[in-house]
Amino acid sequence: MLRFLAKRLVSGLSLLFVISTATYFLIYSSSSNIAINILGEGATPDQIKLKDAQLGLNQPLTTRYLHWLQHALTGNFGISWINNDSVVSEIARRLPVTLTLVLIAIALAALFATILGTLAAVRGGWIDKCVQIGGVLGFAIPGFLLAIFLIEFLAIKHHIFPATGWVKFGDSPYNWLRSITLPIVSLVLATVTSAAQQIRSAVKTVLERDFVRTLTSRGLSRREIILRHVLRSAAPTGLTVLSLQFIGMLGGTVIIEHIFALPGMGDLAVNATTSSDTPLIMGIVVFTVIIVIIVNLVVDLLNGWLNPKVRVQ
Amino acid sequence: MKLKVAMQRLLKNPLGLFSVIVIGFVIFLAIFGNLLSRYNANTPDILHISQGISAKHWLGTDSVGRDVYSRLIVGTRTTMIAALLVSLTAIVIGVPSGLLAGYYGKKIDAVGSWIANMLMSLPAMIVLLSVRATLGSSIYMSMLVFGIIIAPGFFRLTRTAVMGVRNELYVDAARVSGLSDTRIIVRHILSVVRAPLIIQIAIVSGIAISLQSGLEFLGLGDPKMVSWGVMLNDGFRNIYIDPTLIIWPAIAIALTMASLVLFGNAFRDALEDSKKIFSKAKPDALVAKTPILQHSGEHLLEVSNLAIGYPQANGELRQVVRNVSFHVDRGEVLGIVGESGSGKTQTAFSILGLLPSNAQIVSGRITFSGESLVSPETGKISDSAMHSLRGKKIAYIPQEPMSNLDPNFTIGHQLVRPMMKVLGLSKSGAKAKALSLMQTVGINNPERVFASYPHEISGGMAQRILIAGAVSCEPDLLIADEPTTALDVTIQAEVLDLLRNLQSELKMGILLVTHNFGVVADLCDRVLVMQNGEMVESGNVREILKSPAQGYTQELLNSMLVDRTPLEYLTQAKGA
Repeated sequence: MLRFLAKRLVSGLSLLFVISTATYFLIYSSSSNIAINILGEGATPDQIKLKDAQLGLNQPLTTRYLHWLQHALTGNFGISWINNDSVVSEIARRLPVTLTLVLIAIALAALFATILGTLAAVRGGWIDKCVQIGGVLGFAIPGFLLAIFLIEFLAIKHHIFPATGWVKFGDSPYNWLRSITLPIVSLVLATVTSAAQQIRSAVKTVLERDFVRTLTSRGLSRREIILRHVLRSAAPTGLTVLSLQFIGMLGGTVIIEHIFALPGMGDLAVNATTSSDTPLIMGIVVFTVIIVIIVNLVVDLLNGWLNPKVRVQ
Repeated sequence: MKLKVAMQRLLKNPLGLFSVIVIGFVIFLAIFGNLLSRYNANTPDILHISQGISAKHWLGTDSVGRDVYSRLIVGTRTTMIAALLVSLTAIVIGVPSGLLAGYYGKKIDAVGSWIANMLMSLPAMIVLLSVRATLGSSIYMSMLVFGIIIAPGFFRLTRTAVMGVRNELYVDAARVSGLSDTRIIVRHILSVVRAPLIIQIAIVSGIAISLQSGLEFLGLGDPKMVSWGVMLNDGFRNIYIDPTLIIWPAIAIALTMASLVLFGNAFRDALEDSKKIFSKAKPDALVAKTPILQHSGEHLLEVSNLAIGYPQANGELRQVVRNVSFHVDRGEVLGIVGESGSGKTQTAFSILGLLPSNAQIVSGRITFSGESLVSPETGKISDSAMHSLRGKKIAYIPQEPMSNLDPNFTIGHQLVRPMMKVLGLSKSGAKAKALSLMQTVGINNPERVFASYPHEISGGMAQRILIAGAVSCEPDLLIADEPTTALDVTIQAEVLDLLRNLQSELKMGILLVTHNFGVVADLCDRVLVMQNGEMVESGNVREILKSPAQGYTQELLNSMLVDRTPLEYLTQAKGA
């Protein structure tokens, strides 16, 4: 088990290294673009040269990369070019908002998708049809379109929820809940339909396995067989599905935060992109990949714990 | 060929037809939309801003007076080019690499899979944002990059399909006949992956449209371009003034994406047509034909005129068992013999109510201790009747020991739980009984095996565990489905001995399903020979072995006694 985890950790860290390196070379490869993006199209060559020198862009790319890597390893991701704040503190301010949204949304999506997917697989009939239709609709209506319509109906027409803005939990738990409800509903609805469909087919596959028939022949109730044995066998597939959905949600929250004007990582990423704040973009990429690695590690851990072949060794 | 048939079936499905029409229309607009637009889609008209629907402006105008209808029509092209670009990039990267990885395996596969996993663990949105900061606001550049990110989908699909067919006969044959590797790949394998690729393209195009409009909605597209995403952005910025502006592009996007996913689903269904069930045939369709024998109730198990069918795609009922009648008494072993596909296992499962959910008992009666088990309305074994019998009066031993134990639970758990449930024992009582049962079935180290997981024990031991579980309730009837087929020859004999001992000890009736006349001769009192779902003959084992009345029985006997063991040996051994 420990060796298994160590192996996964090493592969995660090499993933982080490869992606951050590739991203660095990609976004710093055309430094002239960076200066033009900051100064505007009308910048003179002299201005661009000056800006390049100011930002250290006149040094060779590899030198700059090694410099960045050295600092990054000590947790220093540089200073934002736009507001001169340190990248780490900027991200630290934004991350809790995004994590609140995504973690609550994935927990709810996991719960509903498991219930719906299992019922659809076991019962069939109308609930199965609903899950199938929901799958088509969930694919056809992107999460952000759903969010727009939620705003239009529940916030602008009927003032049930605030349209935009973030309230800290400490300031008012009630208003905090109101401010995150619509964003979370949008994220959950966009995720739950496809997750339910995949869990449905995973449960259906397990239901056809021989041991289910044998357990039935032994006189165990269908309820016990499904809750204890079938779900347990379908769990690894479900976890993989949910981890992929979680990664998708990290992307989806970019638009959701923009729509609801929430001060999260996604909103930060959009601002950093439009203002070509390259150090900040690098920081966001690295932290996002770290989150992905942690999620994958947690899934590996849970899968290892679920699978007796790995656990016993 | 297969593709053409699938396309025809697809068009017969209403949702499939709908999706093809919508996608066709959208493609038409993407090509000829410019000719159909009524105004220049990008020219503001300050005098006519935010107008409603009118004869001049079919869908009104936006916040700077541009004609919404024209923008919607012209914007189709941008959206479709984006979808096309993503699909093409992903195919160009994913399919050849998947072919190579699947065909050559080993290192190429390892490297390819590692890269694919890496790309799949990236949140696409974040990557696209960082790319845009450098490469500029061209939506096409973003789509090109997205095509790379989503290529693993095509890679995996191709790789799996190729691995599946790589070792199949026709590729080997092609290799032997001297065709070069490239030609083998192109000719044979592409024809296999073609259909799944079409489905994948539909799905990926949908995702591309969603992502592209999402980027433009964030204001990260080229504002000078006309597209559905840019229109969404305009609409959202004016949502307090004119909420209808959002509706048109939203409908266009949702309709297109719905059609793409419906097309994918319908196409998949068309390919898997044979598996699909369209209508349920009536269970009583055949009941009238054969008069059903009255059951006297004196036999332990009595089956008469049993017929089992599966509804087919064309609405017909394919019967796998027809007009089968037999009985089993207490303390008696009845063998059902036949080759695979003869319906013997289906017959056994029907008694336990363990047939697949789409199976139907078309006609016939099954009575156990005088109680009828088939519900006449549904054509299924009634669950309420079965509930008091399964694991209590009727028990089952499966064929393949390993797959019949849940790999996630210990042997002990799988023995103890049913005993607690069915016999009402306490946990410790059930454990004590389980340990003594394990000793009875010949397990030398019961404590250790009790705590083991199925993957830690041998197949022979697993089969003993399953037998222990089956007899734990001291059943009246034991149904054994090829209980020795999956085992080594030496262990086969031991398991048969065990069954014989248990049978005489517990005075059970046994229904033994097998294809092996040796097992029949060894264990059974009477035998029923089945072929193609029908009874060929039945009777006393010794008599049938000595003088089979039917040619088929003779064939079965000959085929297993391959000129080595004389027939007399077997028949006399039992009699001696």
